[in-house]
Amino acid sequence: MAKITFDGIEIEVPDGTTIMNAARQIGGAIVPPAMCYYTPLKGSGGKCRACLVKVAAGSAKDPRPMPKLVASCITPVQDGMVVENTTNDSVLDVRKGIVEMLLINHPLDCPVCDQAGECDLQNFTFEHGLSTTRYQEERRTFEKIDIGPLIQLHMTRCILCYRCVYVANQIAEGDRVHGVLGRGDASEIGTYIENIIDNDFSGNVIDVCPVGALTDKTWRFKQRVWFTKPVNAHRDCPKCAGNVVLWYKGNEVLRTTGRKDQYGEVKEWICNECRFEKKETADWTIEGPAHIDRSSVISANHYELPVLNQSVIADLPASTQRELELNPPLKLG
Amino acid sequence: MGRKLLTEHINVEGIHTLDVYRKHGGYRSVEKALKTMTPDEVVEEVKKSGLRGRGGAGFPTGLKWSFLAKPEGVPRYLVCNADESEPGTFKDRQLMSKLPHLLIEGMITGSYALGANTSYIYIRGELLYVLRILEKAIAEAYAAGFLGKNILGSGYDLDLYVHPGGGAYICGEETALLESLEGKRGNPRNKPPFPAVQGLYARPTVVNNVESIAAVPVIVNEGGDEYAKIGVGKSTGTKLFSACGHLNKPGIYEIELGLPVEEFIYSDEYCGGIWKGRDLKAVVAGGSSVPILPKELILKTATGEDRLMTYESLSDGGFVTGTMLGSGGFIAMDETTNIVRNTWNFSRFYHHESCGQCSPCREGTGWLEKVLHRLVHGHGQMQDIDLLVSVAKQIEGNTICPLGEAAAWPVAAAVRHFRDEFEWHVTHPQEATKPGAIFPGKLVTA
Repeated sequence: MAKITFDGIEIEVPDGTTIMNAARQIGGAIVPPAMCYYTPLKGSGGKCRACLVKVAAGSAKDPRPMPKLVASCITPVQDGMVVENTTNDSVLDVRKGIVEMLLINHPLDCPVCDQAGECDLQNFTFEHGLSTTRYQEERRTFEKIDIGPLIQLHMTRCILCYRCVYVANQIAEGDRVHGVLGRGDASEIGTYIENIIDNDFSGNVIDVCPVGALTDKTWRFKQRVWFTKPVNAHRDCPKCAGNVVLWYKGNEVLRTTGRKDQYGEVKEWICNECRFEKKETADWTIEGPAHIDRSSVISANHYELPVLNQSVIADLPASTQRELELNPPLKLG
Repeated sequence: MGRKLLTEHINVEGIHTLDVYRKHGGYRSVEKALKTMTPDEVVEEVKKSGLRGRGGAGFPTGLKWSFLAKPEGVPRYLVCNADESEPGTFKDRQLMSKLPHLLIEGMITGSYALGANTSYIYIRGELLYVLRILEKAIAEAYAAGFLGKNILGSGYDLDLYVHPGGGAYICGEETALLESLEGKRGNPRNKPPFPAVQGLYARPTVVNNVESIAAVPVIVNEGGDEYAKIGVGKSTGTKLFSACGHLNKPGIYEIELGLPVEEFIYSDEYCGGIWKGRDLKAVVAGGSSVPILPKELILKTATGEDRLMTYESLSDGGFVTGTMLGSGGFIAMDETTNIVRNTWNFSRFYHHESCGQCSPCREGTGWLEKVLHRLVHGHGQMQDIDLLVSVAKQIEGNTICPLGEAAAWPVAAAVRHFRDEFEWHVTHPQEATKPGAIFPGKLVTA
């Protein structure tokens, strides 16, 4: 076990836990944002640099601070480590810079984007970004590509988090038809469209996409996400666990997705049959309204307050204190 | 003239063949190391020599070797980084094409010291003709029993392979190089784990620059202490500098570290001064990614001491008034040089070569290039200059690998030392964008 101090809050976690996951065990507003890291996907993380934090003391043995900010999603904790996230202004400044970088080539076509309302980049920008831009040049654009009949890739919106590449490698195995082509800001998600992704689990690339780059063609332009009602449901599926969220408008099922946790990570992968083909209520056993966490506009006006699982030590840094007052933690069960 | 340890015989006819190379003392270090020394003793000699990585970062080679993890029953690798692609740096190409056996000898001695039975030379894709020279030399070394099974009857086996890259600058970053060597897309890895623990094929690996490895035979032959006597302080031995730009005698010079920069530029023994009788304006001392310095600061430090060609002296004053020794790509610019255009040119390179994996570098390098493009072509605004500094700061230190810094440093340094020239491009766009326009103002320093 390793004991670390994160933004003035002490927590003990198993050796090998990443700083990000230690912070998630604390919960609340101090958790660093993640645009590329995705717990179920091995090897993900370290790319978007949104989760950079300051390590003010490396470990109890070697309490020197780390010279650069580190990506909290891939850096394992050490016993005695002291980490600063929301308590360090330079971290927040850098994060502002990261938002700016992610946005300079993003089309900001949220009004017509299906992801709007449940977009990680929107949330990230809202929480950390500026409302203006210093970028004057033309943004890079790509043609839309159909990845098979059910998924559309709109590369212009992509932030190159590589999550879908990991899904293609790890979940939807088989002939690898998915990777990254090109270099620098000209790199793009390659699809070799003549070999369409026909794996049963290829639809999961839609769920992992943090922006609107990969969208469900059975759902595109049907409805704004905040006008729909999410409902948990399951069915006996021979291929996957069959636990899904159905998104209703009236009595109509507009789309089906996997169930996600509060950090937007799917709990169980679902197959393409459940996702694309079963669009009748009769196909499903309804469990009840889906729990929607605070990171979505669907939960507007009924935000769930963050749960603080750990005891708070005395003499919290002022900024953590402020943070906690703004978003008071709930002690549940 | 200082001693030449690496390039003493470089102009001997036929030195690229094994026979001639042996006549000039070649492969002595292999015999000495394999017959009379233990691997640890070789590492110890390299440590004593104070040799620092010649690829750019200047990390002590012996220390790097001693960090190599040595779990039982797991193969280890020595990989030579011959992906020399930094603009302004062309020393390794010359060393390999003229003295292929020197590198091979270093690889054998180094691999023996590290206990590696398979080693690789990862060579830049554009240097295909050098690859052929190396392969010929390796075949000769196999035939002479310096490579293969039971080398010189010592019981030590080594196989050496040359592998060409596809021509991406990023593959000169050690973890991207390893990815590429494994046959994957050359994206740098997140660290930790470091290659010394999990490198090539997730095995402990040491990655060294060509010149570092070529120095190993000299160190083994003469002893680490002897080697350490050359140079100043922690900058020991000799270093190859590839001098280019507006010099009377551009070329590759092996110098003893500690030579004053002024002597290197103006002495007839070395670069022979600035061409066409012009005045020196600025120098990029260690390859395009290190900060540019104006004449006053490259010849003297901020405290008025002579600037020496050593790791310490060149970085004296930090980035405010100093630079880095880097890879030894010494680019001199005369008074007619347009620094803004030059900075744009560097920036264009880094934009093109960013791998696109992490967001600050992928987006930031393109942004820098576009803003500089605007300034160079007379469409810049005053706030663009601060924007450049701000974007460079947002990239620096926040990326997976050092390419982000390599892109940010030259831009930040150019604005730091030549701000008035940037401003001139904004205030006098028509004048400044004329072909051959020369900045009329005087140079500023920080």
